[in-house]
Amino acid sequence: MNAVWFLVLSAFIFCIGAAGVIARRNPLVILLCLELMLNAGNLALISFSRMLGNREGQVFALIVMVVAACEVVVGLGLIVAMYRRRLPLDVDEVRELRG
Amino acid sequence: MLLEQVLFFVAAAGAIGGALGVVLLRNPFFSVLALVAHLISLALLFLLLRAEFIAAAQLVVYAGAVMVLYVFVVAYVGGVEETVGGEGAIGRVGPVFAGALLVELCIAIIGSALPAIDSRGPHVAAGFGSPGAIGKLLLEKFLIPFEAASFLLLVAAVGAVVLARRRRGLEDSVG
Repeated sequence: MNAVWFLVLSAFIFCIGAAGVIARRNPLVILLCLELMLNAGNLALISFSRMLGNREGQVFALIVMVVAACEVVVGLGLIVAMYRRRLPLDVDEVRELRG
Repeated sequence: MLLEQVLFFVAAAGAIGGALGVVLLRNPFFSVLALVAHLISLALLFLLLRAEFIAAAQLVVYAGAVMVLYVFVVAYVGGVEETVGGEGAIGRVGPVFAGALLVELCIAIIGSALPAIDSRGPHVAAGFGSPGAIGKLLLEKFLIPFEAASFLLLVAAVGAVVLARRRRGLEDSVG
């Protein structure tokens, strides 16, 4: 398979994730859509690494996975804190910082 | 050659189907399950790209550990059903924005004059993405990013504990 197939597939996944981040209102689902976008980036990195015959893209993908894990942990901690304080789990309702 | 193409299209259909499931399903629990299917399809794609170690890490770390964390939080918070798209302008802008982004990205990818983009890439030896090769890179050339990543994980773990712990006073003032 040519690398362009993988790149177009990663563009598809990234756009689906971006649409989810914009359209969904549940913070849990927004975090899931962020995961989609990060994974699309990983797929592009790894297909470029295969295209160039160079392993370094795979190391970058590994670092992206670490960053995604950190983002999940902090995001889920925020969601649990929101639930504890009985705030609504809806990003349109949490508007204290809106100007 | 043919098997590779069949595997690619099966995995691509799984990945796109899983991604659509994450966005379109109304119950967050089913969204998490769709993301697990998406991640497993992506691991298959990584195997096709000769990234064996990344595929294994994807399965163990992502589809295993991170998704269990999600399932726990969804079970704790309770699945809140919501309408997809929602009311207001935002719900309608989302798909339009995504479509425009997709068109732009495809123009950028296909229209770029990179000669290697239309090739299968150079021939690589059998152990291209093996744990040994990746580990050697991580510990030699990318030692500083590796240590920074471990420090970032430590900070995130401490931050999650601080964020989610029970604080006296705060809850009473709100509830």
